[in-house]
Amino acid sequence: MAAPTHMTIAEARKALKAKKISSAELTDAHLKAMEQTRGLNAFVTETPERAKADAKRADVVLAKGEGGPLEGIPLGIKDLFCTEGVLTTAGSHILDGFKPPYESTVSAKLWQAGAIMLGKLNMDEFAMGSSNMTSYHGAVKNPWRRKGANSDLVPGGSSGGSAAAVAARSVMGATATDTGGSIRQPAAFTGTVGIKPTYGRCSRWGIVAFASSLDQAGPIARTVEDCAIMLQAMSGHDPKDSTSADLPVPNFEAAVERGVKGLKIGIPKEYKLDGAPKEIQDLWEQGIAWLKEAGATPVDITLPHTKYALPVYYVIAPAEASSNLARYDGVRFGLRVPGKTLDEMYENTRAAGFGAEVKRRILIGTYVLSAGYYDAYYLRAQRVRSLIARDFTEAYKQVDAILTPATPSAAFAIGEKMDDPIAMYLNDVFTVTANLAGLPGISVPGGVNADGLPLGLQVIGKAFDEETVFAVGRALEKAANFTALPEGMA
Amino acid sequence: MSLDKDTVRKVATLARIKVPDSDLDHMAKELSGVLGWIEQLNEVDISGVQPMTSVAQMKLKMRADEVADGGNAEKVTQNAPEGAHGFFVVPKVVE
Amino acid sequence: MTALIKGQTGEWEVVIGLEIHAQVISKAKLFSAAATAFGAEPNTQVSYVDAGFPGMLPVINRFCVEQAIKTGLGIDGKVNEISVFDRKNYFYADLPQGYQISQYQQPIVSGGTVILDMKDGSTRKIGVTRLHLEQDAGKSLHDQHPSQSYIDLNRSGVALMEIVSEPDMRTAEEAGLYIKKLRSILRYLGTCDGNMEEGSLRCDCNVSVRKPGQPFGTRTETKNVNSVRYVMQAIEYEARRQIEVIEGGDEIKQETRLFDPGKGTTRPMRSKEHAHDYRYFPDPDLLPLELDPKWISDLKKVLPELPDARKTRYVADYKLSPYDAGVLVAEQETAQFYETVAKGRDAKLASNWVTTELFGVLNRTNKAIQDSPVSAKALGGLIDLISDGTISGRIAKEVFEAMVETGKDAAAIVEEKGLRQVSDTGAIEKAIDEVMAKNQDKVAEYRSGKEKLLGFFVGQTMKATGGKANPGVLNELLKKKLAG
Ligand SMILES: [Mg+2]
Ligand SMILES: [Zn+2]
Repeated sequence: MAAPTHMTIAEARKALKAKKISSAELTDAHLKAMEQTRGLNAFVTETPERAKADAKRADVVLAKGEGGPLEGIPLGIKDLFCTEGVLTTAGSHILDGFKPPYESTVSAKLWQAGAIMLGKLNMDEFAMGSSNMTSYHGAVKNPWRRKGANSDLVPGGSSGGSAAAVAARSVMGATATDTGGSIRQPAAFTGTVGIKPTYGRCSRWGIVAFASSLDQAGPIARTVEDCAIMLQAMSGHDPKDSTSADLPVPNFEAAVERGVKGLKIGIPKEYKLDGAPKEIQDLWEQGIAWLKEAGATPVDITLPHTKYALPVYYVIAPAEASSNLARYDGVRFGLRVPGKTLDEMYENTRAAGFGAEVKRRILIGTYVLSAGYYDAYYLRAQRVRSLIARDFTEAYKQVDAILTPATPSAAFAIGEKMDDPIAMYLNDVFTVTANLAGLPGISVPGGVNADGLPLGLQVIGKAFDEETVFAVGRALEKAANFTALPEGMA
Repeated sequence: MSLDKDTVRKVATLARIKVPDSDLDHMAKELSGVLGWIEQLNEVDISGVQPMTSVAQMKLKMRADEVADGGNAEKVTQNAPEGAHGFFVVPKVVE
Repeated sequence: MTALIKGQTGEWEVVIGLEIHAQVISKAKLFSAAATAFGAEPNTQVSYVDAGFPGMLPVINRFCVEQAIKTGLGIDGKVNEISVFDRKNYFYADLPQGYQISQYQQPIVSGGTVILDMKDGSTRKIGVTRLHLEQDAGKSLHDQHPSQSYIDLNRSGVALMEIVSEPDMRTAEEAGLYIKKLRSILRYLGTCDGNMEEGSLRCDCNVSVRKPGQPFGTRTETKNVNSVRYVMQAIEYEARRQIEVIEGGDEIKQETRLFDPGKGTTRPMRSKEHAHDYRYFPDPDLLPLELDPKWISDLKKVLPELPDARKTRYVADYKLSPYDAGVLVAEQETAQFYETVAKGRDAKLASNWVTTELFGVLNRTNKAIQDSPVSAKALGGLIDLISDGTISGRIAKEVFEAMVETGKDAAAIVEEKGLRQVSDTGAIEKAIDEVMAKNQDKVAEYRSGKEKLLGFFVGQTMKATGGKANPGVLNELLKKKLAG
């Protein structure tokens, strides 16, 4: 049996059932790992007492041969999910001291399935960022380093704490959210697996909103199978979210080993970027070869509006965010910085409470919605968004899923790209299209680059066809046989 | 589109974010950069294209008219930075 | 139409459009399941959705949508099968989300008409531009503390119908009639209780002035005026103020103003000094509102008879004057009451009794018709006694007063007080003879041509019979006897 922190969720589940390990032992091992990896700054809040108490309870249930599909499994929760009575900050100063009197639907489903919360995970402020450097609680360090180098790398973002904790083996899996790539990009940077399901698959109720038409929750874990197990528990219709899909949740776990024989896999030519590192292109070609070997047929396709996806995103997401973040005004929760008048109080509070990137996006969003600019920016962006979605609809007439690189590079150093917003935004160039079209996408580690850093492959599926995404993801995972570990983790 | 300082000031006021005058130039430059990059969207032929309303291809569901929430003033106000007698409190507003 | 105001430079026309915010009658709020009842302790009817907590999402109340559809049908508007909820973004202490969910470019109802019943019996059509659904804000209390405002979110999220009129009104009186008529329709439909004191019906008055024939002038918007009388006062004041400003050589500023009920004046609203830029965009937490056409047509089928139709029926079937019919149908309860009274009886007589005697008592005792001290059945009984000659109209008034006081029915009071009308010619003749004997000089005058004295003899004879003589019989006999 593997050491507890090196087990997958699937393995741990078996071991718990077979009483080879208790949830208390499993949880303690992870709490210990959490302490040992504190230097990564992956956690905003640690909840060891609660974790221990819940593990004890889980062991009682398990002893009776009962329990949910995640009974006794210790997880981390991105700090964007409201957790009842537990500090929830969304990585922002403005939510200082906020303890929600309610539990997000997704986290509640995990607790219902028997999972155990180890703590709340660090993230880019309000999920705005691709590096985790915008968090009020400080940057998260990637457990991976370049071979022979000492500089700290970013874990990606915004779910950087989730990805780093999973990679560092301090949690077995973590919740995350993805608005433009915030699950898949950090997963790719940390050698973990992350899936953003179809828009509407997971309830958004109780998740601090960034851009409502793009936000989706999903898991980050160490294997495709673990992601399937977690997503199974997280999914389902929620009458409290009007955009939640009232569709049955398929058996994701069963789909994982379905294989790819006979599947047509689209290879979009627009994802071949000028000036992208060769290692990215090589990995992509390797991925195509693996799927071919596994019995799939690669098909060249075109997604002609791909290059406009990021600019569309940087109109729509800030526009929605500027409105979603208006509620942080110092009146009902969080930070208040006094002012003589109500407006002064608002301005002081929001100036002190939001970081630079959040302010930048609020200002852009306010601008593109303001009188005289709405049509030129917002409405135009929503029209181009329709074209991007249509590209996929056309492509899916020919193929079952699409294979692309997950990111245009491997993890970069902390501090890099901070003074160039557009360079930072380009991190999401391969992932953001799936958000705009509402499609499911998974990132699976495909190998390491010359520096020994993990690189990810992305599979994008049809709406509500996560099953195929899992199957293709698993085929890649099997072929890649990614066993590398961050230094010192072996 | 390049933004001037006054526009940034106006937008910041709309967004209720205090921006010190000394930051306006820098911010104007930064925002102009992003907006300029966004303007590549002008290349796209959007004639006859409907704007996306939602990627969720479904009908809006409606709930029944039943009272099933509220009645927890304490929980609603317990996170407030300032309160009194069950109310939220803000600096006096003169209408 | 002479609705012009005289200024120093000639006559001015006032142009008025009204925006009515009507609170939808529903148990729960538009997008949350918290209660809507009036007068609860602060923040006790607040869900986390209404308080704009992180991660909270709106889910629409079907009944509120139904109420808006019914209202749209009731004002003869077009109910749109697809409408869209937008966010109207602005910061205010009682707006917890930082935006109001409202409908901007695609409202649930487009167009409509409200017909005003003018005093002279004529009607005037006022156009309705649109009706849309939106959330109410919370309530700020500014007078509880010297340096702080208190915020109560109980009202936050309650469903409102914003009903916007065309700028079709020209006098404060028309504006008053418009509100009353719209309120009447809403009450008939059961979609809004119309209570202006509790804020379930609030009115924003858009007023501008112009020289007749000229294009519209710049308008001001006076917000949240909460009685019909105040609306009329605010419009009068605002029109005169604007004329004075223009005639003084200044321009009208397009601004939001506040009505001061104590002074009857308006003043600019300080908190709205900055021009707003609401940055409307479709709410991404909601999908477009799609209405099944069958739902709309089913609702149309069960719509109650509305005041205009009822009025037409009263004029046609009951032969009432349009004005009286308008008065009777204004409130559903009054109309119901009237119809019970009028059933199988002289409809005009019934109308007179309801609009004069009954309304008089209700006004005097400050009671609603539902709490009338005389029931419709009892009033009908009284009218029956008049019609079958048991009592005279004059006695009936006395009986009615007794009914109000004692709650007894008319027949009992007539019996008790011996008020039955005397139609017995012998008894009346006897009384006439006595009166003539006592007033021989006047009999002579009458006979020499002073026929005006008939009234005197009627009065005296009536007095002698204790008012109980049948006036018809009395008149006839008296004329005969006086003729000699
Ligand atoms: Mg208005
Ligand atoms: Zn309104």
